[in-house]
Amino acid sequence: MIARLSIGLAWTMAIGAAVFLLAPLAVIAAASFSPTPVFDLPTDGASLRWYSRIGRLEGFWPALSLSMQIAMLSTAISLVMGTLAAIAITRGKLPGATAFATALVSPLMMPGLVLGIALLQYFRAIGFTATWSALLVAHLVVTLPYVARTMIAGLARFDFTLIEAARTLGCTYPGSILRVMVPALAPSFLVAGLFSFLASFDNYPVSIFLTDVRTKTLPIKMLQYIEEAPDPTLAALSTLILAGTIVLLVLSDRVVGLHRMAGTAD
Amino acid sequence: MTDVALNIPKPAAAIDRERIAAFGFSLPSLLILVGVFALPLAQLLGVSVVGPDGKLTFANYSRLFGTPYYLGVIWNSLRLALLTTLITLAIGFPASFALARARGVLRSLLLATLFLPLAASVIVKAFAWTILLRSDGVINQALMLFGVIHDPIRMIFTETALIVGSVNIFLPFMILPIYAVVAQLDHRLSEAAATLGASPLVAFWRVIVPLTLPGIIAGVALVFSLSVSAYVVPTLLIGERYPTLATTIAKAYLLAREPGFGAAAGVTLLVIAIIVVALSARLGQQERAR
Repeated sequence: MIARLSIGLAWTMAIGAAVFLLAPLAVIAAASFSPTPVFDLPTDGASLRWYSRIGRLEGFWPALSLSMQIAMLSTAISLVMGTLAAIAITRGKLPGATAFATALVSPLMMPGLVLGIALLQYFRAIGFTATWSALLVAHLVVTLPYVARTMIAGLARFDFTLIEAARTLGCTYPGSILRVMVPALAPSFLVAGLFSFLASFDNYPVSIFLTDVRTKTLPIKMLQYIEEAPDPTLAALSTLILAGTIVLLVLSDRVVGLHRMAGTAD
Repeated sequence: MTDVALNIPKPAAAIDRERIAAFGFSLPSLLILVGVFALPLAQLLGVSVVGPDGKLTFANYSRLFGTPYYLGVIWNSLRLALLTTLITLAIGFPASFALARARGVLRSLLLATLFLPLAASVIVKAFAWTILLRSDGVINQALMLFGVIHDPIRMIFTETALIVGSVNIFLPFMILPIYAVVAQLDHRLSEAAATLGASPLVAFWRVIVPLTLPGIIAGVALVFSLSVSAYVVPTLLIGERYPTLATTIAKAYLLAREPGFGAAAGVTLLVIAIIVVALSARLGQQERAR
């Protein structure tokens, strides 16, 4: 009896949570087709006019381009750096490997806003004032923990004797890493890359302190639009970003499987 | 480490080479960690205790901890984090059990409902809640359509709106770590407990809860540390009426130009986060040691 009740409760909570989690996403998609400038649900007739206005938002294209550049570059650099560090950690040849692993993941639990103001002051103090480079370097701290966490978990299950075998068969060390380890760990790379890209692309609290009037990332622009003049154009833009995210998730699900991502994500 | 090959003794030169490679491999990450994380945070600590005259001062901290208004701000941050953590735990704990029992298409669907919001931008989700909760918003329209209310209820810019939005945004961070542990549970354990005469409730408290504790600890630490420093959610859903440490920090830097005071608030937020992480790591270790 109690067992059945608790299973019922668990299912109620799970279904309720699913609906609750999807509600804002569904609403924003619906509002983007609103025929009027107030966020009415499109009960009589949908309209695509807000989508055609996205490109005309003030400062939209430079912001999108900047966010893409920073997200892709910081992900690529983090993937290389984080994987190398994860190899050093999991091979057990590094003194203080556990402490290093904890330190690598620690920015994940630190308030982003605090990192933002700290970097603002630090970059000013050392005279590093180039906005674009400062953003990229700052985003490395945001993305590296995601890569390190996923790659340490992935490499802990990797059999390094495969590398030795490849070398015995005449492969060089870099060659054996590229041709044996990288393909074997493709799922981990994908998950790490996805999380890292999204973390950078969405980042607000660190970027806000490092941008200037002319150089703004997309999340900063979006919050500015929402605070100044919210209209369904923003819902349309949000829906497009969501659609892009769904495509990324479906692709990753095809390649890796979501349940494995749930495991490796922690 | 079950790597058998590691146990074969190697010549000293090979071990040295591997050490050097390990150092070389970790060097780029180490440089970033020190140069762009540790040093800036150390400097922030310095800025918070140095006055305009360049001398050591605790004026910023006495202003933060000595003014009723700022004590209220600290409490606001803690209150938001506590409520968010408790509610996400109450929803997330049972939900992760259902998730772990789900199979096939249902499991994929439920996991997708977790991952999609997780991958969606916080700004997009907070914006969606402003649409949902406005006086002329979707929830008020629906309630009036069904005759539940006659006049719109004020929801946006209330604490309820803040908590609903915050729970919505941080719930996946509670469910995923608990699910990761529950999925590994051996369902025969509760059967074994029942065979040995334990009632379902006793079996739950003495067998299931202790086994899922590592997941609970991880989820609680993650949700608390994320929600205590949330910035976008309070800014869009409640605004000036509910100042938090995060909004105070942003204001001190972006509007008031009081870096010293902002740094002190930042260090306070950092210390809260470090306490949470250290506590959870310690509790996690005790769990593993048992």
